[in-house]
Amino acid sequence: MEPSGGVAARLAGAAGGRSGPHTVLADRDDATVVRVGDAVVKLHPVDTDVAALGIRLWAAAHPLTRGIWLPPLETEPGELDGRPVTRWPYGAPVDPADRDTAPWPAAGALLARLHDVPAAALPGPLPAMRGPAKAARAVARLAGVPDNPAVRAVRRAWQRLPAWARDETPYPGHATLCHGDWHLGQLVRVPAGAGAAPEEGPASGPAAPADPDAGAGDRDAFSGAPAPADGPPADGPAFSPAARPASPSAGFYASADPLPGALARTSVRPPRPAAPPYDSGGRWLLIDIDDLGLGDPAWDLARPAMWFGAGLLTAGEWAAFLGAYRAAGGVAVAADGDPWGRLDVPARALAVQTAAIALAKAAREDRALDAAESAVLATCARIAQLQ
Amino acid sequence: MVCPKCHGHMQTYNRNGVQIEQCGNCRGIFLDFGELEALTRLEGTWSQPAPPPQAYPAPPGYGQPAAPVWGAQHHEGGHYGGHGHGHKPHHHEPHHESFMHMLFSS
Repeated sequence: MEPSGGVAARLAGAAGGRSGPHTVLADRDDATVVRVGDAVVKLHPVDTDVAALGIRLWAAAHPLTRGIWLPPLETEPGELDGRPVTRWPYGAPVDPADRDTAPWPAAGALLARLHDVPAAALPGPLPAMRGPAKAARAVARLAGVPDNPAVRAVRRAWQRLPAWARDETPYPGHATLCHGDWHLGQLVRVPAGAGAAPEEGPASGPAAPADPDAGAGDRDAFSGAPAPADGPPADGPAFSPAARPASPSAGFYASADPLPGALARTSVRPPRPAAPPYDSGGRWLLIDIDDLGLGDPAWDLARPAMWFGAGLLTAGEWAAFLGAYRAAGGVAVAADGDPWGRLDVPARALAVQTAAIALAKAAREDRALDAAESAVLATCARIAQLQ
Repeated sequence: MVCPKCHGHMQTYNRNGVQIEQCGNCRGIFLDFGELEALTRLEGTWSQPAPPPQAYPAPPGYGQPAAPVWGAQHHEGGHYGGHGHGHKPHHHEPHHESFMHMLFSS
């Protein structure tokens, strides 16, 4: 078996031929993410539906999701060892060591705006949001765990969910564009101007006025990335009209530039001065397209909802997230009143998913559950006991 | 006794001489006449330091946000692992790391 460092190094090489130091941001069984300079390269799971991934890339690159989702550097996946590879600008993540700075209000507002994107105007056919599929996959992992009361409690909680939440039937309600796997690791902050400004028009428009948020300390996320040798690669993941998803709006991309939006602007914008690190400011954006698609928007609120229900989030953190979602006009829950009628099923599903993954990992690593995992398992046990 | 909210089974506990009934299912607490006043008096006898400011304090005037029927019992203003005094977690608290890890995990 090849050491994973080998995959990461070759992935870094696939980042456009730069030979420089790289940083492994994530290296899991299913995915590897490497940073090379100002670009981030992701090696997607081996069982990825490549056609669906292509449509998800287009959605992330589309003007309708600008200012909501981090746009990719290319809208066609590359390939390594038969697995799809995508490239993104680097963005600074949420600091996992500082709970006080977690951007709950920004997260709520971004998800509200994502759910409000007119999905029919995006290139299609948009695949289903993969939340229920991931929950079902997590429960399937329990097959490898020796039977015990904890496993039985998680299974009972799972069996009480409706069929759509177990990925057995399509979602019967009004589906919107959804992230599908939202948590705090699915946010990055990029400096203003990095394809993040919703008020800026398409690349072909006149130069946007100076962004009031773009202080001297900001820099364009793309400015240090792809130099000409790395830019739109002549032989890279080609911009292939044949592979383009059929859509009335696809015409927007009928440009010679395979990088619609922000990168195209770098040629007309003046270079910015050298800047402090990325985390000095900028806007938060959503990342990770693997589960993006159409589904129940309440699923995107369900993980924080479950954390709150399990006692892991404070009332203040939960209220900051949910309040910002509602203030931004989020459609998953009513503007006021008790939201749990809409949140209950997906939050239960996320409790099951999280507990199942925890049990499978703890069994594989021959360890006990940690405190947070135990709290979620206890939540599953309460759900399993409901009348 | 049956929980008036979810019809779960309620168990009786004695807290500092005050009898309370707690639902084993939804964790709701039932107080008989005079028990709330008794608890309030007990609270007044404690001299607790003021909690540190929170990054996201609960919004004023709205009370606690609605919780699911299967929700864990939240400490007042705090959360699981907060050690019962209602303040937010600090980095030296043993559970902090696993909580933060979970907030960033699929």
